[in-house]
Amino acid sequence: MTRLGMVIDTRRCVGCQDCVVACKTENRTPVGYHRDWITYATAGRFPTLTLTIQSERCNHCDDPPCVSCCPTGASHVHRWGGVVLIDHDACIGCKACVVSCPYDARYIHPDGYADKCTFCIHRVERGQEPACVAVCPTRCMHFGDLDDPESEVSRLLASRRHHANLPEAGTGPRIFYLE
Amino acid sequence: MTPSHELVSTAHHHVAAAHVWGWEIAIYLFLGGFTAGLLVLSGAARWRTGDAPRGAPGFALASSGLPAVGLAALSLGMLALLLDLAHKPYVWRLYLTVQPRSPMSWGAWILILVYPVLLAGVALDPPAALRARIPALARLVRWADDARVRPGLGAISIAAGVALGIYTGILLSSLGARPLWSSGLLGPLFLVSGLSTGAAFAHLCSPVAAERARLLRLDNLLIAVELGLIALYLIGLGSASAAHASAARLLLGGPYTAVFWVGVVLLGLMLPLAIQTLTTARRIAHTPIAPVLVLLGGLVLRFVLVFAGQASQWSPL
Repeated sequence: MTRLGMVIDTRRCVGCQDCVVACKTENRTPVGYHRDWITYATAGRFPTLTLTIQSERCNHCDDPPCVSCCPTGASHVHRWGGVVLIDHDACIGCKACVVSCPYDARYIHPDGYADKCTFCIHRVERGQEPACVAVCPTRCMHFGDLDDPESEVSRLLASRRHHANLPEAGTGPRIFYLE
Repeated sequence: MTPSHELVSTAHHHVAAAHVWGWEIAIYLFLGGFTAGLLVLSGAARWRTGDAPRGAPGFALASSGLPAVGLAALSLGMLALLLDLAHKPYVWRLYLTVQPRSPMSWGAWILILVYPVLLAGVALDPPAALRARIPALARLVRWADDARVRPGLGAISIAAGVALGIYTGILLSSLGARPLWSSGLLGPLFLVSGLSTGAAFAHLCSPVAAERARLLRLDNLLIAVELGLIALYLIGLGSASAAHASAARLLLGGPYTAVFWVGVVLLGLMLPLAIQTLTTARRIAHTPIAPVLVLLGGLVLRFVLVFAGQASQWSPL
């Protein structure tokens, strides 16, 4: 089975927001809404501070609560790669999925339906990388099949310390951050 | 994520995401629970009266028009629910599918079950003048009043009410991303609160003194159970993970503390319980103040849980 996921190197990421702009350009998200974003987390006490920058988006979870709570089946897991997608014509805009996501990855599009990152499935199916990965100037983002032990993402995860966001929420996130 | 003292996000919609569900959902959950209470009460009355003739003592509640009030309340709630939908023209998509893991999908189908039960409750209890005019209606009422049929109809009404009441709580508790809602106790809590508001409304309106007294005792019991469920709910959250404990602190010292303890626990439950206990002990006369407080308390409970629940989260964002 193909399980698409992302591995992002926080040691390389400089928080330039190219991924955010690339997503906006590629997916034409409305003004004020983003499918991906950057978090800057400062930890410690001055002067011993550490800054962690992360490029975040939908985690395309293994057990996505947004899919199980959807009353119409509009939120679904794509037949290939386990990507979590939304059928806009089946979405009634009830917002249960927005509330169910521990990552706040979803928003209600001004046209009424729920919207979020698709891993640029339209590009991936053509053999291209997601727009955010393709434009990253520091090459800190990697995309591929987590179930294939030979893939670049699997090898990075096998060789480097890493974490996922909020694993305690129990949804099985598939975006990993190299430390 | 690294434990942080400061976290900055570039996602503008996170600011808006804090309260995705507004007053519409709180109103709907209240009116749904209230209707559930009316369905259970009128169903139980129909069940318990057995073969007592129409008009006999004890039959008042079964023929008191509670289903008609429920029909109006639920329709108002459904209107609020519709107002909340962002993609309204697509609402029919709810009925092209059954999603077993989605309580909202169960709810959509439960409402399909509840509406005919409410309509039947109204149709089986027509004004005498209408009954005299339409012989078919009179025959229908005679059939429904038959001792062999009446308990069955009552049981259907009870089942529909319980399903409606529990689902309104499970709807929230299934959304695990909001730790304040991560408790199966919300199902029974909302059901008991719905029953209590229903009983309060029934004894507020009942013209029969004996029945008022019975409903008062029932409401007192329900309020006591509700207080117990709230205590268990808070104990459960407080003794769970850090995220749950921090969610419970929204009600135990955080921004929703005053409205929860004063609006729900004190004015919505304890004060009416005290007043109604004095009434059943014949120390004071029956007063509409207590049931009105119970109804308002039920409404505030839904508002507090819907809003505080959305403010609770796993992430520090």
